[in-house]
Amino acid sequence: MARDGYGFTEVAAAEWIKLRTLRSTTWVAGLGLAASVALGAVAGLNTKTAGGDPTSNVLAGVILGQVVAGVLGALVMTSEYSSGSIRVTLSAVPRRGLVLLAKAAVLGLAGLVVGEITTFASFLLGMAAMRPSVPHPSLSDPAVLRAVVLTGAYLALTALTGLGIGAILRHSPAAVATVAGVLFVLPLVAGATRAIGAARFLPELIVGNSLAAVKQVQGFTWSPWLELAIVAAYPVLLLTAGCWLLIRRDA
Amino acid sequence: MISVRGLTKRYGGITAVDNLTFDVAPGSVTGFLGPNGSGKSTTMRMIMGLDAPTSGTALIGGLPYHSLRWPLRTVGAVLEARSFHPGRTARNHLRALAAAGRIPRRRADEVLDVVGLAQAANRRAGTFSLGMTQRLGIAAALLGDPRVLLLDEPLNGLDPEGVRWIRGLIRSQAAAGRTVLVSSHLIGEMAQTADRVIVIGHGRLLADTSLDQLTALGGGSLEDAFFGLTEGSHHGS
Repeated sequence: MARDGYGFTEVAAAEWIKLRTLRSTTWVAGLGLAASVALGAVAGLNTKTAGGDPTSNVLAGVILGQVVAGVLGALVMTSEYSSGSIRVTLSAVPRRGLVLLAKAAVLGLAGLVVGEITTFASFLLGMAAMRPSVPHPSLSDPAVLRAVVLTGAYLALTALTGLGIGAILRHSPAAVATVAGVLFVLPLVAGATRAIGAARFLPELIVGNSLAAVKQVQGFTWSPWLELAIVAAYPVLLLTAGCWLLIRRDA
Repeated sequence: MISVRGLTKRYGGITAVDNLTFDVAPGSVTGFLGPNGSGKSTTMRMIMGLDAPTSGTALIGGLPYHSLRWPLRTVGAVLEARSFHPGRTARNHLRALAAAGRIPRRRADEVLDVVGLAQAANRRAGTFSLGMTQRLGIAAALLGDPRVLLLDEPLNGLDPEGVRWIRGLIRSQAAAGRTVLVSSHLIGEMAQTADRVIVIGHGRLLADTSLDQLTALGGGSLEDAFFGLTEGSHHGS
């Protein structure tokens, strides 16, 4: 018997069409991927000794990639408001929580695929660019594989953080500025105020010092998986707040 | 089909819609008239579940909008002309909507054909003229072949040919037994289209009557009747 009434399947299908039918989104995501991988290759070229952490080096493009992911995530929501399409979206799907859930699912999955492609390509190209005299880390080393996989996942989570910020703020410039604030300004503030204990809670510092690292960095003694859970708490909290506001506010 | 009971919307100290009660029946065109700022759009947004009423209810076939199982197949609405992402093509805009209502993909091309945008299907909607955006909005409203149509100022920005086309469309939808509510701030626009009119001013119901009775009220002039009613509403507030 056919199910009566729309549900997650229908709304996710609609959101998937919306995500992939904007040329600007596809282009920006593609350019972000390419630039991140290029940074990884350059980092590989510049890795001249085995003294550091070559894996972490070639994943350096994530610093750029996270901005692209966060901004695109925010725009998924704010562009609905700036264009007025939110009226049509919520007329088609008046159960508003479902709209945000479907957006998160589609963006999260697409972000994970693009994120993993970015980090695996960065790693492989970075290794190819590294001079033969330096010992090359290998994906067969579980710690190296973990670093590449979790860094890719970080990009997907950052896109979802952007989505949550977009759902709360609704205006593109404010949301983009806030994404940049969370990623770049909070670490600066933590550094300036010497709030070293806060570092392990800040996404950008977590990815550089824990997720992407094979050699342990001072101050980041927790397991990378625990640090990933901390990164994931950002979108969970922001999307919960965004969902509550979306349901409560007039569209 | 649409029943509004005691509908009220306040923003801070301002009452945009004040205790409105009316019904919109199927099989005829109901004009929703009032000067700009009289609360027509807010009322329509509350019927569509976009704005929450301060008090009162708006039901469609006995259900609040958010309880509809297939909203797109029940109600089609054009609230504002620009309600789409400018970077998406007309066809993709409609296909995404169709997916949300589990409506066959080919319906997107069918409705584009109905509104005369078949040639522009693959153009990004941001490049459309105002008249074309109105047509795209109507295509979206017709997508689910709904029993209820809500059109907010659909004639704005249309050339005479477009106006004639929308009038024909509205009449044929009502003739097919659908419930049609069309708002306008120009009584003249409604004279040739509506069977019944609901007139509001300052958010309050001023008249809910047939077009003929309204004309009689103005001593044979529809315009006089409309201005008589809406001018009078100023003193009431």
